Order: sequence, then structure tokens, then C-alpha cells
Amino acid sequence: MSLLRLDGITRRFGGLVALDNVSLEIPGQGLSAVIGPNGAGKTTLFNMISGFMPPSAGRVQFDGADITGQAPETIAKRGLIRTFQLVQLFEGLTVLENVKIGCHLHTRGGLMAALLPTRAARAEEAAVEAEARRLLEETGLAAQAETFAAVLPYGQKRLLEITRALAARPKLLLLDEPAAGLNRQETDALAALLRRIAATGTAILLIEHDMNLVMNVADEIAVLDFGRLIAKGKPDEVRRNPDVIAAYLGTEEAAHV
Amino acid sequence: MNLPTIISAKGRGNLAAWLLWGLAAAFVAYTFVAGGYLIAVLHFACIYTVFVTGLNIFMGFTGQVSFGHNAFAAIGGYTSAVLTATYGWDPLTAGVLGLAGALLCALIIGYPVLRLRGHYLAMATLAIGLIVYEVAVQWDSVTHGYMGISGIPPLGIGRFTVTSDRGILIFLMIVAGLALLSAAGIRRSRLGRAFVAAAGSEDAARALGIDVARYKLIAFMISAAYAAIAGSLFVHAVGFVSPEVFGLPMVVLSFTMLYVGGIGTVGGPALGAIIISVLPESFRTFKDYQDLAYGAALIVILIYAPRGLASLPELWAKWRRRAA
Repeated sequence: MSLLRLDGITRRFGGLVALDNVSLEIPGQGLSAVIGPNGAGKTTLFNMISGFMPPSAGRVQFDGADITGQAPETIAKRGLIRTFQLVQLFEGLTVLENVKIGCHLHTRGGLMAALLPTRAARAEEAAVEAEARRLLEETGLAAQAETFAAVLPYGQKRLLEITRALAARPKLLLLDEPAAGLNRQETDALAALLRRIAATGTAILLIEHDMNLVMNVADEIAVLDFGRLIAKGKPDEVRRNPDVIAAYLGTEEAAHV
Repeated sequence: MNLPTIISAKGRGNLAAWLLWGLAAAFVAYTFVAGGYLIAVLHFACIYTVFVTGLNIFMGFTGQVSFGHNAFAAIGGYTSAVLTATYGWDPLTAGVLGLAGALLCALIIGYPVLRLRGHYLAMATLAIGLIVYEVAVQWDSVTHGYMGISGIPPLGIGRFTVTSDRGILIFLMIVAGLALLSAAGIRRSRLGRAFVAAAGSEDAARALGIDVARYKLIAFMISAAYAAIAGSLFVHAVGFVSPEVFGLPMVVLSFTMLYVGGIGTVGGPALGAIIISVLPESFRTFKDYQDLAYGAALIVILIYAPRGLASLPELWAKWRRRAA
């Protein structure tokens, strides 16, 4: 039973076909990855799934419902939460507040709760605070809770974005190049974190450049090249696939690399 | 306007903060005892605290821009003036109706206009202010045009009215205090977090399930409500209203207060309103050079505390750390 189902997704930008009839199924557990060289259409695919851009043709189904062309916030409400290739934090707020904002979807309070802090409203605030701190503890950012997001080092910014996404309690977490710009140590820590998240039952779909990370953590891999799906399968199968090797390295000679 | 505003949820108590608020409190206490003209200046500062606090929710918290909130002050103010002076309504009932009218207008105007961003939003909101001003001038049968409406009764509920200068000041200070408290409550709440999220990154906010368009509209309406209340308070405190009261100078003044006080902070609007109301008065001794001294003081503040006076405690803390 797949959680996310793409059916013939096509996206044209003028004459350029960025995505060409991509069909893919992502299961409701474990770690899936989409890889491909620069410009293969990975981020465009993410934008189609998360509602930031409508597909030119094709359908997106999530959790049994057709979400094609729906607004990002509507899709998020269904439990599909994404991060961005260029980290999008609320830079002027503290780390803790960033994560609290992630709790928006599963909390209720509006203007009345803001003006008249009843017992119920205070209890909800306390629960949000506790959950945010617990998540920061889990991702190892607890010591930075009161720091402004703007001054965090780059690796921690990436980590904060993932923590904030987790606060939204996603069914499927979409990560757009979470290892971009991370050093080796940080990438290893990220791989461990992603495995822990997947183990708690949250499905993950990541786009990645870093082959090391993908081969380490992914259960299933799909490969995009020039907007077309050229391979999918287990890491070992994909690694040996001649089309994939050609797409990444250009020639078959370098297959042993 | 699109500067990344650092919005701190908690003010950290330190010497500069105590000094700043202590000075403000001492000034209010002095004025209260001494009385006279300065009391009228403080009336004005309290009313503007309400107005700028509302503007700050839309501009500071939510990161939008509006040059047209004087329109909602005019709607509130004129509704109060016409209903009480011409038709003899009770000030509270008239004020509530003005508030409802402003909210309805904000909803109708905000829905299409808030699709715009940046400079376009600024232009569109500026137009709203100009349109309402023109209506106040031209709708002679109701507003008496440039002549304005006089004989507006003082604030009060039923037979109980506030007429003395000091009584009005106490009442206005309570209202201004409530405005600040409510803004602090909003800032700390889920609603306020949705506002600052929209200001920080619209894409990230939407990806987390925050309906940014809806929250911008809510922020617009809340700030319009503050503006309408400020407008009603103004006409009752002064007893007179004309189109000039809610003209473009009101926009310039409120922007000055917002930026000098500290945009995005909870206390900034109050600091800005008090300082900007009092500053021109304190330069009276400079006689012909009064405006020059006032302008110079503003420039100095914005150069050395670009995020407003409310950020002085932070600057002070930074300076202490460097000195240590």
C-alpha cells in the first residue's frame, strides 16, 4: 500500500520538459530517495508533490486522496511536510520558536486564546513548549533553544529545519537535499537521525546529491535523468544499473568508481 | 520594510530597559502632578500608542506594509462623532459600531488588496487612506466637510462621564495599557506565531500548513480594529473632528513612532508614541530651530538604534559584553 502515488507527472517550462511522464509509488514507511544529476528535475518533482507548483499533466495522490494542484498549506494539513533546498528558517526568531511554529497544524488557539488565556489555552501552550523542547532534545539542538536561528552555523540550520518539520507530525517527510553543504561528520549524524525518524514510523522521501548518504540510508531509490525516471530499486540494484552509471559519469569506463 | 526584523518574544530586564521605562514613568508621573498643556500631549501619546500598536501587528509582526491605516481610524472616529454629536448616541455604542464598520471595511478591502506585496501593497493601502479622506471631505451632509464636527461629548458610559484632564488621562492610559497587553498576548500565542512565520518566510509557513493569506487578512483586521478604537478615542478626547485629523500626516507620524520606538517589539509603539509626542515639545527652547533639532534627534536615534528605542537594552547588553 503506497502512501504517495505519482501518475504520469509532466511539467513543461515553455519548450523545456523538466519532468516527463514520471510515475512512482512511495510506501508509507521507511526511507525512499530520488537521486539524479543536476537539473534532472528533482526539485521540480518536489514542488509538484508539495503543491508549490502545479504539474502540466498527471496526478498526485496522497493517503488515498487526489491532491493534484492543491495549495501547499492544504497538502501540509494532510500530513505531507517538506523542507527546502535553500534552508527556509524564520531567521529573526529563536530556535525554540521556530519549532513551536511547526506545531501549528495540530493545535487550535486563535484570537480568543491569545487575548484570554483560559486554562485550556495555557495547557495547549505548555504542551507546545514541551513538545518543541523534546524534539530539540532528539535532534541535538536543545542547547541552542534560545539562540536566534539567524546565527546558527549552517549544519544546525539544516537540522533545525528538519526538527521544525517533525513538529508538524508528518506522515511523509519530504527532504530536499538535506546533506547539501554538510561536512562528513554532519552527514553521518544526519544519516543516523533519518534512520531514527524512519524507525518511529514517519516515512521519508529525500532528494539527494550525496550518493554516500543515499546508499547508506535509503531502502528504495528512484533515479531521474533529464526529467525521466531511468531506474528504481534497492540501493545495490541502482548502483549497478548501467543507465544510472552513464547518467552520473557519462561513460561506462568509470563503472568501478 | 522588508528588512529582516529580529522579533524577540521576551524583553530581557537590564539597566537600559529599567532606565528607559523609568524615565517614561517619571515623565508621566510629573505630568500628572504638574498638569497643564503636557497632559494633552500625553492624551495624544496614549491614543497613538493604541494606533501604532495595531499598525505594529500588521507591519512588525506580520511583515506587511500599510500606508492606509488612517482610513480605519477615520471610520471609527467619524462613526463615533456623527452618532454621538448628531444623533445623541451613547459613546460606547457608537464606538462599537465604528469598530464593526472598520472591521467590515478591512475585510472587504483586505481580501483583494493583500494579494499584493511590498511596494504595490504600500501604494494600494495609501490609496485607501486617500479615498477615505476624500469621502470625509465630500460627504458634506454627514461629515460637514472641512468644517468638521464639533461638540462631540466626552468619553463615558451612560450617565458616568470622564471630563477632567486627569480623568481622561487615566482612562486613556488604561486603554493604552490594554492595547499593549493584548499585543503581548497575541505575540506569545499560536496566532502571533502564525503572523511572525508569514513575516519570516511565506514558503516555509505554507509548507508547515499555515494559511498565509488568511493570517495576513486576520492581522490586517486586528490592526484595523486598534486603529478604529484610536480614532474613536481621539474624537471624544478632543471633542472635534475634521478630515485633517486623519490625513496623511497621521501616517507619517505613526510610521515615525513605529520605527523610532522599535518595529516588531511589543513595547516599541508605546515608547515611540511617548518620545515622538514629547520630543517636539522639549525642543521648544530652541525656538526657530525646533524642527531642526527634532529632525536631528530622529536621525541620531535611527543611526545608533536602527531597530528603535526598544532595542536599546539589547545594544546595552552587547556593549557590556564587549567592554567585559
